[in-house]
Amino acid sequence: MTPTAYLHCLVGIGAREWRRFVQQRSRFFSALVRPLLWLVVFAAGFRAVLGVSIMAPYDTYILYEVYITPGLCCMILLFNGMQGSLSMVYDREMGSMKVLLMSPLPRPFLLLCKVLAIALVSLVQVYAFLGIAWLYGIQPPAMGLLTALPALLLVAMMLGCLGLLLANGIRQLENFAGVMNFVIFPLFFLSSALYPLWKMREAGPWLYWLCAHNPFTQGVELVRFALYRELAAAPLAWCLGLTLVFALLAVLTFDPRRGLWRRPAGA
Amino acid sequence: MRRFPLPRHLALAALLSLGAGPAVAELAYVSNEKDDNLSVIDLDRLEVVDTIAVGKRPRGLALSSDRRLLYICASDSDTVQVLDLATREILHELPSGEDPEQFALHPNDRWLFIANEDDALATVVDTRSRQVLAQIDVGVEPEGMAVSPDGRLAVNTSETTNMVHWIDVESLALVDNTLVDQRPRDLVFNADGSLLWVSAEIGGTVSIIDVASREIRHKLRFAIRGVHPDKVQPVGVELTDDGRYAFVALGPANHVAIVDARSYEVLDYLLVGRRAWHMAFDTDQRRLLVTNGVSGDVSVIDIAERKVTKTLRVGRFPWDVVVTP
Repeated sequence: MTPTAYLHCLVGIGAREWRRFVQQRSRFFSALVRPLLWLVVFAAGFRAVLGVSIMAPYDTYILYEVYITPGLCCMILLFNGMQGSLSMVYDREMGSMKVLLMSPLPRPFLLLCKVLAIALVSLVQVYAFLGIAWLYGIQPPAMGLLTALPALLLVAMMLGCLGLLLANGIRQLENFAGVMNFVIFPLFFLSSALYPLWKMREAGPWLYWLCAHNPFTQGVELVRFALYRELAAAPLAWCLGLTLVFALLAVLTFDPRRGLWRRPAGA
Repeated sequence: MRRFPLPRHLALAALLSLGAGPAVAELAYVSNEKDDNLSVIDLDRLEVVDTIAVGKRPRGLALSSDRRLLYICASDSDTVQVLDLATREILHELPSGEDPEQFALHPNDRWLFIANEDDALATVVDTRSRQVLAQIDVGVEPEGMAVSPDGRLAVNTSETTNMVHWIDVESLALVDNTLVDQRPRDLVFNADGSLLWVSAEIGGTVSIIDVASREIRHKLRFAIRGVHPDKVQPVGVELTDDGRYAFVALGPANHVAIVDARSYEVLDYLLVGRRAWHMAFDTDQRRLLVTNGVSGDVSVIDIAERKVTKTLRVGRFPWDVVVTP
């Protein structure tokens, strides 16, 4: 296989994901509305809650809206990563996965192309959100919007690979509700997205431990520092390592026939 | 504490007089009320570079016009200390009356007008002869003090009487009072001395008083989204020399208000540390330093950007701040 073939495949999968995204405008708006509600409604109530301690990467006191913004960017990535996994289950059930896998290119490459395509679409939504947040008054350094890009891409890949891994364990589309309850919510709420870790430490050592070791926390902190033009070495190492582990496990456990197998006879 | 603007040619001359010597950074001196010391901040590096032990409970600060001496209200030592900024040693103390809190240096660079909070007095001290020139009865709990740019009027607020007291400098006598809102604190003249801005902590307002008629021309009110109105307690007020902006430190609201000094419109509120108290501009008025008493730090505001760029830890309960070039 030539590099051109690989590129052709990547572009093809990316274009399909983009077309799906464009055609599902409600998906784009719901992806935007969710974090905006958190920003404008939830965070507004807690506006003055923070501002009692200065912590890196911030040089001064910040409003709660400023604190929560990186977490909401990662929330977009999280929901999209998981929705990506939903689409994999759907593709499997509808049989369109077969079409993809007919490609002569290696299966791991195809799957990672799919994850990358979902990640790139997510980034468009994150930057749309950051644009609205900017107008709302959340204005990180302009250069930070650029330095956050690789961090956001890495976190999107990490969460996408996690979504793919989970999709491999889901037998039917209906089971996705379980993913919401047992994966998305704990990942989001038990992280530094809404409250800083020192606040969690005050709430209890176990809560702090869970939050500190949550992969999502590492992603949020990586993005938070990158948005303020700083590199957070430990979160970067965590995110890189976890992306590799999730990708490896996802490829190893992938079974395209799984959904078809479980389909009831005559369905 | 009021800072008298240094004419630009003098500032330039001062810079040139440094000659080929090492570049000296602008320094800020912050009085730490509960640590009995001053923090010295290098404004280039935005770091605390020294701490100077002074008298008990240092609060108000004022610079001599040549910026070589720093006057310090050591409230619980019942004295005003004079610090030599070159050696960072206390040269001597001035008789201040009891519990000096805030003061203002007359443009003649000699007379210090001191508010004695516990005695309902304003004490006038000659800084050269170190003699008390007069003690003037004012309202209960005198607080803020300012002298007009032409040196003809001294004004003082009294927290409990809720008044601005007008003192004629020539006769050193109280000549008039103006009722303002509850618990007036700081006051500052505009550059030409035609207006006087007075903050009222409990009233939550800043009154802008016409100096000629001694009547309130306008009253500023503040409303910060997400902050209870009771917490909005204006204290420190600073005006830029170009007459464009006024800055009002809003105490436990933890914000500084930026006001258009011409239209009196509140332009923005900036989040700083806890209990924003007094403020000082840097030499070229590009930055404003704010003392945050409860959180024990100083916030630095970029005036053009209207953003807080840095907050740095100093001692416990920083109260006042002055800047030297």
